[in-house]
Amino acid sequence: MIAAPLGSSLPAAGRISDRLRKRASRHVPERIIEFLLFAAALGSVFTTAAIVYVLVKESWVFFQAVPLAQFLFDTQWTPLFDDAHFAIMVLLSGTITSSAVALLVAIPLGAVIAIYLSEFAPFAVREVAKPFLELLAGVPSIVYGLLALGLFVYEFGLGQSILSAGLTLALLILPVVIVATREAIRGIPRIIREGAYACGATNWQTVRDHILPYSTPGILTGVIIGMARAIGETAPIITIGALTFIAFLPPAPFAGDPPAGPFDWLFAPFTVMPIQMFNWTSRPEAAFQANAAAAGFVLVLMTLAMNAAAIWLRYRLRRDIKW
Amino acid sequence: MIEVTTNRSGGAAPEAAPQAKAEVSNLSFYYGDFRALKDVGMPVYDKKVTALIGPSGCGKSTLLRCFNRMHDLYPGNRYEGRITLHPDDTNLLAAGVDPIEVRMRISMVFQKPNPFPKSIYENVAYGLRVRGVRGRVALDERVEQALRGAFLWDEVKDRLHEMGANLSDGQQQRLCIARALATEPEIILFDEPTSALDPIATASIEELVTELKERVAILIITHNMQQAARVSETTAYMYLGELIEFGLTDEIFIKPRKKQTEDYITGRFG
Repeated sequence: MIAAPLGSSLPAAGRISDRLRKRASRHVPERIIEFLLFAAALGSVFTTAAIVYVLVKESWVFFQAVPLAQFLFDTQWTPLFDDAHFAIMVLLSGTITSSAVALLVAIPLGAVIAIYLSEFAPFAVREVAKPFLELLAGVPSIVYGLLALGLFVYEFGLGQSILSAGLTLALLILPVVIVATREAIRGIPRIIREGAYACGATNWQTVRDHILPYSTPGILTGVIIGMARAIGETAPIITIGALTFIAFLPPAPFAGDPPAGPFDWLFAPFTVMPIQMFNWTSRPEAAFQANAAAAGFVLVLMTLAMNAAAIWLRYRLRRDIKW
Repeated sequence: MIEVTTNRSGGAAPEAAPQAKAEVSNLSFYYGDFRALKDVGMPVYDKKVTALIGPSGCGKSTLLRCFNRMHDLYPGNRYEGRITLHPDDTNLLAAGVDPIEVRMRISMVFQKPNPFPKSIYENVAYGLRVRGVRGRVALDERVEQALRGAFLWDEVKDRLHEMGANLSDGQQQRLCIARALATEPEIILFDEPTSALDPIATASIEELVTELKERVAILIITHNMQQAARVSETTAYMYLGELIEFGLTDEIFIKPRKKQTEDYITGRFG
C-alpha cells in the first residue's frame, strides 16, 4: 500500500483552506490595488453610460418635433426652410458611400501589403518597412486631409467628391488594416505553417490555402474597428470640402445610365455626419443642438453596431479554426 | 529482426544487403554563425527505421529538418556538405535543387499533431492538391488509401468532412501521418511523433511506424530509449552537433562502442 503513508503525511484538506483564507485577509495592499482596478473599470462603464444619457436626453427634444418615420425615410434635409424636412439619410449617405469606397480600397490593399511584408518580402525589406508602418499609424488625421487635398482633389483632379473622401479614409485606415492583418498572420502557429510547407506547398499556395483563410477573422475585425473610427473622423474630410450644405440625397450608386452614369455617385459633393454635428454645435440656435444630438445618437448606434458585428464575425469565423 | 546484418552463420541464403536510400556526408549546418551540426555522415536505409537519439539541443531536429530543407524557411541558415538521395543521386542540399521538389519526395510528421483547420478529407488531400491532383475519383481513392495506411479509415470514414481538430490527439497524429503518406514519399521524417501522446496512442503510432517501413525509409527522432529499441533497425547517437555513434540498434543498445553512448542509453546523463 502506497496510499496509506502518503495520505497520513498530508495535512487535512480543511486546514489548508483555513490557512489560505487567513492569508488573504492579511494582505491589505492587495485589497487596495484590487479596489483601484475595480474603480478604473467602473469609470469606463460610467463614461459610456453618461454619453448615452446625454445623447438620449438631447435628442429626445429633437424626436418630439420630428417623427421617427420622417427622420429615417424622408429624402430631404432642410431644417431652415419653412417646410422643414429632417432626413438623416441625406447625411448618412455621405458617410456610408465614402466608407464603402474606403473599405473597397483599404481591405485588399492593406491585406496585400501585410501579406507581402510577412510572407514574401526579404528580411531586410521587412525590417525597413516596420518603423514606417508604425509612423503611418501615428500621423494625425488632419495631415491625411492635407495630403488628400493636394493629391486626390488637385493632382488627380477627383474634386471635392465622395471618391476623394473615400480614398482619404482608406489611407487613414490602411495602417490599421495592415497591422491587424500582420497580427492575425503572426497568430498562426509556426507548426501549421511548417506543416503546409512540409506538404510541398509553395509560398503562394501556403498563403492562398492557409495564411489567408486562417487570418480572415483577424483582418475583418481589424477592418471594422478601423472603420468605426473612420466614420467618426472630421478633420481629414473637412479639408476636402465636406463642410458644406447638402439638402438632397446624392445620386444612388450605380443608378445612372452607362457609360458614365453609374459612377456619378463617386463624384457627387457630399457631407458626413460628424462634420454636420460640428457645424450645428457652432451655431447659436438651440434647435441645432438637438439636431447634433440626434445625429450623434445615430453615429454612436452605428459604431456600436459595427463593434457588435466585429465580435460576432470573429466568433463565427474562429469557431472552425482550432489549432 | 536483425535483417541488416550482412554475415549470417549457417547455410541459409544471405539476405540482400540493405539499400541506402540516402547518404549524409560531411554535413555541417549553421544558424547564422552557430555551427549546429559538425561533419555528420551516416546512411539512411530504405525500408528500415533509423532512430536519432541524444540529449536536447544535440542537433537531432536540425539534422532531420535538413532532409526536407525546412531551414530554408528562415533567414540566416546555411548548409555545407551533402545529403545524397538515391537512386538518382540528387544532392538535397544543393543550391540548384528546389526545396519544394525535395519536400515532394520527403514528407514529415511533427512533434505535436498539426492538422490544418480544415476537414479530415482536406487534410489528407492537401499534399495531392498541391501536386495538381484534381479529379474527384482519384482524390477520393488516394485519401482512402492514405487513411487506411495510417490505421484511421475505420474511425473516420463516416465523418470525412468534419474538422480534423475534432479528433483525439492520437487520431490527429495518425491523420498527420496519413497526410504525409498520401503523396507516396520516399522517406518519412518523424520528429518525436509521440511526445505529446498518451501511452495507448503512442503504442498505435509505433505499430504504424513498424508497418510503414515495409514501404518507405523512416527517420525518427525519439527521447524514449525503449521506443528507439522497439521500432528501429539502426540508431544514431548525437551529442553537441556531432554524430557520436551510428550502428545497428541491437548493437548500440546492448554493446555500444563508445562510453558516452552507453552513459546516455543507460540514463546516466542526458
